[in-house]
Amino acid sequence: MTTEEAETGRDDMVIDGAEQANAVPDGFDANYLRIYYDGKHPACDRSYFGRREFSFTLENDIYIRFQSFNSVTELENSIKEKCPFKIDIGPVYSVDPAKRHAYAQGGDNVFTPVERELVFDIDITDYDDVRYCCTGADVCLECWPLMTIAIKVIDTALRDDFGFNHILWVYSGRRGVHCWVCDGKARRLTNEQRAAIADYFRVYKGNENSHKKISLPGPVLHPFLARSYTEVLKGFFEAKLLPNQNLLSCQERYEKILEMIPDASVASELRGRWQENKRASMSKDDINLVRWEQLKSVLQSGKQKTQGLRRCVEEVVFSFTYPRLDMEVSKHMNHLLKAPFCVHPKTGRVCVPIDPNNCDEFDPTTVPTLTQLLEELNRGGLRQDAEDELDGTSLGESVKFFRTSFLQPLLKSCKEEIESSYIAKLQQSKNTLSW
Amino acid sequence: MEVVQSHRKSSSNNVIVSTLPLYRSAPPLEVRLEDFELFAMDRLRVLKGISDGLGRGKKPEEMEKLIADLWKANMRHPQANEEANKDIISHFVLRLVYCRTEELRKWFLSMETTLFRYRFRFQSSEAQRALMSEFKLPYKAVSNAEFESVKDKLGQVARSMGQTLAAADAIFYKVPFEEVPELVAGRRVFIHKGHAYVAMNQVVSLVVTQFRSYLSKALILTNRRVVGILAIVIILVDISFLVLRGYLTNPRKWTSTVREQEKDRLAPIVEALCTSYLGPDYSQENEVGEISLKDIYQIAKTSFPLCMRHLFEKVREDHHLKHGGRMQLGLFLKGVGLKLDDALAFWKAEFAPKVSAERFDKEYAYNIRHNYGREGKRTDYTPYSCQKIISSTPGVGDHHGCPYRHFSEENLRAALVRMGVSSRAVEDVMDKVRNRHYQLACTLTFEAVHGSSCDAGINHPNQYFIDSQRIMQSKDSAYLLELKKSCQVFSFALDEEPLCSVWL
Repeated sequence: MTTEEAETGRDDMVIDGAEQANAVPDGFDANYLRIYYDGKHPACDRSYFGRREFSFTLENDIYIRFQSFNSVTELENSIKEKCPFKIDIGPVYSVDPAKRHAYAQGGDNVFTPVERELVFDIDITDYDDVRYCCTGADVCLECWPLMTIAIKVIDTALRDDFGFNHILWVYSGRRGVHCWVCDGKARRLTNEQRAAIADYFRVYKGNENSHKKISLPGPVLHPFLARSYTEVLKGFFEAKLLPNQNLLSCQERYEKILEMIPDASVASELRGRWQENKRASMSKDDINLVRWEQLKSVLQSGKQKTQGLRRCVEEVVFSFTYPRLDMEVSKHMNHLLKAPFCVHPKTGRVCVPIDPNNCDEFDPTTVPTLTQLLEELNRGGLRQDAEDELDGTSLGESVKFFRTSFLQPLLKSCKEEIESSYIAKLQQSKNTLSW
Repeated sequence: MEVVQSHRKSSSNNVIVSTLPLYRSAPPLEVRLEDFELFAMDRLRVLKGISDGLGRGKKPEEMEKLIADLWKANMRHPQANEEANKDIISHFVLRLVYCRTEELRKWFLSMETTLFRYRFRFQSSEAQRALMSEFKLPYKAVSNAEFESVKDKLGQVARSMGQTLAAADAIFYKVPFEEVPELVAGRRVFIHKGHAYVAMNQVVSLVVTQFRSYLSKALILTNRRVVGILAIVIILVDISFLVLRGYLTNPRKWTSTVREQEKDRLAPIVEALCTSYLGPDYSQENEVGEISLKDIYQIAKTSFPLCMRHLFEKVREDHHLKHGGRMQLGLFLKGVGLKLDDALAFWKAEFAPKVSAERFDKEYAYNIRHNYGREGKRTDYTPYSCQKIISSTPGVGDHHGCPYRHFSEENLRAALVRMGVSSRAVEDVMDKVRNRHYQLACTLTFEAVHGSSCDAGINHPNQYFIDSQRIMQSKDSAYLLELKKSCQVFSFALDEEPLCSVWL
């Protein structure tokens, strides 16, 4: 996105504030389901939505925290009035965040988070040491697949290993993805449990000061790592990343991989071979693939006695492809995270959901932008029903996907949860009353 | 808990008595005032020994021996029930002492949990099972059929840890993964659809988690009640007799029987027991005296510990630091005596090549002011101790953490050489690092750089700084003294006006 486009995006936001705000409420369907409880069921918790924290980043980088609302209309009105550049969602607290000062007196924090979705944040800038096509905030179709891989690995683990079902993946608007796990079980996890899950996913450790960034001890990989390797990482590395990023084509790049081999003599053997063959070899095959096969056969041959060497191939693949999560985001209940369907202030792109079953097809360069949407809305003319306004736009698909694949099943499951706990309570009081 | 084997719940003849108390509630006991203090001090020695051992990075086998020795030395009693009483009483007294602030609670919880974990491991397996059932843990033994279906995966997990799956009668338990966060975090269990498959030998973790969670809640409750007690005690006026009746029953009884005098007698003991254990936190800016901005650059070279030197160098080199580094270095500088305005000027100047002044004011100034307690809920954040820094997890692009732990051997050597540590000393330091004694490594570095010994050992970067400055200043004053002496000699010899009085 050029800076020009980004700036026009901003201007439009200010001028056509009302229209922008109209686009936004649909994005807050995530909170509609809370509202649903408020009126419709005797056992629902009316205060739930009012205890949810929101934070707004306004123009001129003014940041306001601990915003809360008693109804979706209040939320909508506040958004329309303030036109925030960014909206973050925080936890549901024990009491209304707006009244938190009244409670902090107790000494022990009576104002504390009680529920919060399990969230993950993956940012492509954390992969800067393994991608050569872009750096920093740039993203292209060569390196974006790293995010796709991350989604596949984490999503599978969240469903198969941890048993979660209501998972929403969202494009962060510029250079990464967010994940929201909304099962009741997930919302009620403690900080310690969240940290445990984050650590379960953690393989990459270290930075430029330490050496080994991936270390896979043990003669065999844990089933989770083994599955990730065979089902996702190995194939992606060999078929896509290796040739596209030319990881073995020149000395500067292949040195990085040779550095990961703990045995210096093996490394120098390979180095010698590759330095000789600087010119393109006779075969038509990609030089990266040829060299990779050579590396594998040397390291995995029966001759190698030390275990450390046989695991080395996996370590290389993991260090380039395995997901790198921001641990701090996941570990604490009070961490705020950008709301889905926000507009990213620097790119103008909408933070749309990503379907994990089709994430290979997601293209960050074609995500609808604010300017684009406004054009489409203006062309469409005024419609009767505000709800359907977005249908004809390029955002329509995303909203539909959001509702059918995520929101409705979640709503259903929440209803069931409320009903079953209500029935259980009735049963209990019946039992105590019966004598 | 449903266990596959038969399990006697309670029978008059063959009761499986667990020797480990769970400290659920205190029995009504009379305690003599001397014992009140003595028992607590003995237990505190054990807890402090544990804290020490953990800080030195002792391996599990070493900790096992250490705890066994500590317990034997401090808590043993020839009569089993006397020992049990002392165990229980001392725990509850220390609860009163350590419930009062978040930091005290955290420390106490951590030490008591560690103590419990190792004592649990010493128990026989029947005793362990009895303890597990007391906790009413919501898990089931895995049926044979299910075991067959997951056997491969269980074997894989075991081998990934360098172990083998135990013999055919291996007992596994199926538990919701939330119950075993430690095992999940370390990928030491197979997890499927939200359930973790836990081996018998891992069950310790389950039990310890329960113990910890219970004690954590109990401490907070105790705190609430203690606050209430003191209020009531002040109201009670009673002339009482000298021997204290300490009812360690539920605190409500405690309330009604603690008299005014006893409050006077207890309060100082309770105070003394805990304040001696927390070292200074370097949060009082006035303790240290002020450092001005221009001094910082000089003293960074001479008196900063390696972790802060590295961060300082990096911020000057890169004109940026990520959040973890800004916190660690920023709070350290606050502890060193850098005032808020100077701190803002420092960061702004260092970031200037990459961050415009307006952007700095928007994105970074607020957080710096927050660190100094001038924003938000006005917490005055304390500089990080070594323990905290060592246990941090620097990631990509980060430069915080403890270099002795987080740097590769090569990088650490290079850094030490740049600090001016002799090659002999570097070897000694690396030896400590290999044995994971990071703070001892830092102490050795200190000694090498300053040419004098540091008996207390380094526990806090600000302590390193203060000790270093002290040596520097005494060196300075020693130097000045020498200079003065030589001036006087000189002027005496020449019979002229002493030069030194003019410019010293």
